[in-house]
Amino acid sequence: MNNTVYGIKTTKKDFAAKPSFLRAVFAIVWKDIQAEYRSFELISAMLVFSLLVIIIFNFALNLDIKMRETVTAGVLWTTFAFAGTLGLNRSMSVEKDRGCLDGLLLAPVDRSAIYFGKAISNLTFMLVVEAIVLPVYSILYNTNLFQPGLLLVILLGSIGYVGVGTLLATMSVQTRTRDILLSILLFPVVLPVLLPAIIASNGFLTRVELAEIMFPIGLLIAYDIIFISVAFMVFDNVVEE
Amino acid sequence: MITVKKLVKRFGLKTVLRGVDFEVQPGEFVALLGPNGAGKTTFLRILASLSRPSLGEVKIAGYHLPQQAAQVRARLGVVSHLPLLYGDLTAEENLRFYARMYNLANIEERITEVLEMVGLDTRKRDLVRTFSRGMQQRLAIGRAVLHDPDVMLFDEPYTGLDQDASSMLDDVLRTVAAQGRTVVMTSHDLARAEDLATRFDILSRGLISASASRRELKKTNLLAFYKQALAG
Repeated sequence: MNNTVYGIKTTKKDFAAKPSFLRAVFAIVWKDIQAEYRSFELISAMLVFSLLVIIIFNFALNLDIKMRETVTAGVLWTTFAFAGTLGLNRSMSVEKDRGCLDGLLLAPVDRSAIYFGKAISNLTFMLVVEAIVLPVYSILYNTNLFQPGLLLVILLGSIGYVGVGTLLATMSVQTRTRDILLSILLFPVVLPVLLPAIIASNGFLTRVELAEIMFPIGLLIAYDIIFISVAFMVFDNVVEE
Repeated sequence: MITVKKLVKRFGLKTVLRGVDFEVQPGEFVALLGPNGAGKTTFLRILASLSRPSLGEVKIAGYHLPQQAAQVRARLGVVSHLPLLYGDLTAEENLRFYARMYNLANIEERITEVLEMVGLDTRKRDLVRTFSRGMQQRLAIGRAVLHDPDVMLFDEPYTGLDQDASSMLDDVLRTVAAQGRTVVMTSHDLARAEDLATRFDILSRGLISASASRRELKKTNLLAFYKQALAG
């Protein structure tokens, strides 16, 4: 029912309907992509940092081809983990600095939709950076990284990293020491994701038997499910004073 | 419309609100006044469902907080000294995002109406980060009324605004109130509060220490009433 008050149409009774979970998640993801498309701040910071790290490692580890394959997994995940922290910090700072996190929390949506919206945005940005870093790394280190198994591990590891990282970034952004707090909180917690990711990546790169890689992949999947479930359950408490 | 009984809010060992009783009738415009640190923002954040009460009862539009927070949030518009807007999105995109979050029907029509109301229809495709503080605050009000809420909460909306921007904000606030909404506004600006509000409550040391309607205040002035409430 529409009314007109002082020449301004009001949409009374339209407001009460709670948006669907997926609609709210999509709105947040689309908003983040639009904002990033304009500013290019988050991806550019992550990308420049990642490229610098792999270039520094390239000079520091002047290794033969065999050795390069064994260090690749470690170098890649170190790069992704540190660049990811930059992205997570930036993503939540944007929400906090102008009070936008309050704006999100004031919407009549399930608060876990906010978590999933932010997590999917963060994952998208991380995957974009990884998609650029991988070919650059392949060229610099003369290593073929385009193996379906390795790409699957990178996807699973990124999901786990972003899943727990988005929750911790939401917590740390509300503190004065947010820039350093996220790294301190995140790395010990995300270690169960990073270790199997490194082991499985290394397995694919050194061409070990698939059966040997299945255990770390199973662990990765299990940790992804556990971290996302925990974040889903506690996000409401994390954002409320 | 708003009923608060014996509201207590503690942060660790510090008690910010010490049993606040507060009631607002539909259509009232209440100015909540008080010195810095009196607990005004904390009180408004509890009404906005952004903070949980430690003790006491809060009911807005018949819904209890924090149990029915989603229903309360659908009927609530909040404006603070921060714009709650994304600088890298245009005015139109910001409103479209919030319209989706509130599941509005006829989104484009509503955005046009709201932008006209706050006088930003000609700047709708400009990035919010290029807006002056006053324009951002007007758009923030547009964001807050987008879903046509019954209750509006304003937390120091004049902070950082120059004289012209404040006057414009006065007009927008009058329009918002004239639409029959219930308004609670915290402010340090007694003159503006006196001009706009229909009731004045003084929050001091975590309690409502005095309350007077505009009619009651005619016998004295707001500044004298305010000083007396704080002294008592």
